Amino acid sequence: MEQLVLLGAEAIAQGALDSGISGVYAYPGTPSTEITEYIQNNRYALEQGIHSQWSANEKTAMETALGMSYAGKRSIVCMKHVGLNVAADNFINSAITGVNGGLIVVVADDPSMHSSQNEQDSRFYADFALLPVLEPTTQQEAYDLVFAGFELSEKFSLPVMMRITTRLSHSRASVKRRVVKEQNGLKMPSDPRQFVLLPAIAKKRYRNLLGLQPALIQASEDSMFNQDYPGSDNSVGIIACGIAYNYVAENFPNGIPYPVLKISQYPAPVEKIRKLTQTCKQILVLEEGYPLIERSLTGILNYSPVPVHGRLDGTIPRDGELNPDIVATALGMETINGPAVPEFLANRPPSMCKGCGHIDTYNALLDAIKPFGTGRTFSDIGCYTLGALPPLEAINSCVDMGASVTMAKGAADAGLLPAVAVIGDSTFTHSGMTGLLDAINENSPITVIISDNETTGMTGGQTSAAHGRLESICLGLGVPPEHLKLIIPLKKNHDENVQVIAGELNHQGISVIISRRECIQTAIKHKKVQNS
Amino acid sequence: MKTDIILAGVGGQGILTIAAAIGFATLYEHKFSKQSEVHGMSQRGGAVLSHLRISDKPIASDLIPLGKADLILSVEPMEALRYLPFLTKNGWVVTNSVPFENISDYPSIGKIREEYDKLPNAVWIDAEQIAKECQSPKASNIVMLGAASEYLCFSFDSLKVGVEQVFKRKGTEVVEANILALEAGRKFSSKI
Repeated sequence: MEQLVLLGAEAIAQGALDSGISGVYAYPGTPSTEITEYIQNNRYALEQGIHSQWSANEKTAMETALGMSYAGKRSIVCMKHVGLNVAADNFINSAITGVNGGLIVVVADDPSMHSSQNEQDSRFYADFALLPVLEPTTQQEAYDLVFAGFELSEKFSLPVMMRITTRLSHSRASVKRRVVKEQNGLKMPSDPRQFVLLPAIAKKRYRNLLGLQPALIQASEDSMFNQDYPGSDNSVGIIACGIAYNYVAENFPNGIPYPVLKISQYPAPVEKIRKLTQTCKQILVLEEGYPLIERSLTGILNYSPVPVHGRLDGTIPRDGELNPDIVATALGMETINGPAVPEFLANRPPSMCKGCGHIDTYNALLDAIKPFGTGRTFSDIGCYTLGALPPLEAINSCVDMGASVTMAKGAADAGLLPAVAVIGDSTFTHSGMTGLLDAINENSPITVIISDNETTGMTGGQTSAAHGRLESICLGLGVPPEHLKLIIPLKKNHDENVQVIAGELNHQGISVIISRRECIQTAIKHKKVQNS
Repeated sequence: MKTDIILAGVGGQGILTIAAAIGFATLYEHKFSKQSEVHGMSQRGGAVLSHLRISDKPIASDLIPLGKADLILSVEPMEALRYLPFLTKNGWVVTNSVPFENISDYPSIGKIREEYDKLPNAVWIDAEQIAKECQSPKASNIVMLGAASEYLCFSFDSLKVGVEQVFKRKGTEVVEANILALEAGRKFSSKI
């Protein structure tokens, strides 16, 4: 079969196409974005009419995918780890409803927070929801596990989570394809009440989910992706989850001397773990993310038949991504460093592009807010979050999608006046609109600046859900027309923009200022397309 | 045979293009490869790093262990120094000498240069000047790839195939300009 060189994210996308999905649903977020983009740019997907348009947020994506599953077809839904917080309501409940057509929830975690505000471990969500998780070790396994995931999903009528991390998602290796499976036909659920979670039905469905757990554990015991490898030296037994296995293998090019259990399917295979603890003098648990297996092994009493090492006892750092050197150190092996980094080296954090409209928006805001004092600007998730760094230092918060509007409202409720929210256009439609409605309903004295670059910039310029319709959305929600302003963030408009913002800061009620100029990156791309 | 490469630079300098060209060359020679890239936030003018591993045998880790990189290839002189702990004994550091100064506390170029003088195997090359001289001003990243080509575990011809593959969609003129840049880079470092 055909060999392709693919990112881990792309391997999942190709696996999904080859397993006969009828749709992918997603909101962009690093490190998950490339999955959906791969399908959007795939000719076969286009010919087959496979759905791939971006959703407004992860919750709408997850729900739509569940709807496709209701109709009997296969789908995947993709998001970054914090996106699952947004989709959590549907995700948890989808375990109770179960699925009809196969459904894989792909969640890309970001340990070490390369592009995120936390490093939460999505496996805990699946554990909480009582759903199986697949955690690939390689790009090939990512591809193969999509096939296995759909079989598992349709066998147990449950959604299945596939959990990857930044490193696998953004690393390229060769992948061998399989025979392409046709899409499922339209098929109604056999039980018409399966998806009706009224308490009486939900209780039954929940018991059904609980009843499936032993079979899910058995599926993990039997899974070819949970491999136990024998070893000659039983002084340590290693449990390595997902890509952690690669870091063990890297340290032993001539074969790993210790018994190893590689876990790529959860719930954890209990018997396989028991066997390892019975044959080895101590256990080292290597997991990317939080100590899920490790904590289950020792429990709150911190007791186990053999000593367990990992993130909890300090053998592995408690936070951050794993690498071959951390694993070598944990196994008592020496690491060799090259020359030291010279002390005079300066950090080079990311920054907004030269000529970016967000910069002009912030410059105008900073001048307008001067008379009131700083410390009152709540912001959000996007390129404009970089406005927190010098030289601008223009914002005072960045918590989660949409929190700028609502935190500004809360601060205004507390008496911090005026309070300002700065939010991007895509973030606004993702989760800002509902918060704005709260503020409108109480005519809260806040100024919401929608820094509209007409795209989802930080993740590479994806379509913004309400492009061209922000004014009508704001008016429809109830922003008074006289307090809905449009400014163009350019240097030459600076004085005028400062005046507009100052005017609204002085208004004792809700105002929205749309500051609109196309993202400099997408503008360059559009120009190139025009010229060619 | 294996080559472990740390690719360094600043977001937007064309590191992923270098990585893609090497990736195609590796595929052309039927070698194993793993290539860890940086996408997302750091691409906005921040320090970026890519781990590129090529071997005759299957590769386990997507990340290169400390002290194991055979080559640090950097399109910016300060950025290469950030990853020195990855360099193996007698490994090579090949860098563009033109600084990318988008931060206020950028150290003096003299200080940076001194660090290269301490290294046993370093190539310091004005890639932008060479790119201009061969009429391919946009191809300084490919000049760098050419300058590092001697330290890779595959043939120069395969690397040419890789560069062709990367640019073929942009037309023959762009391909030719980049091949010229690749050759000019190689010529420069072979004189050292």
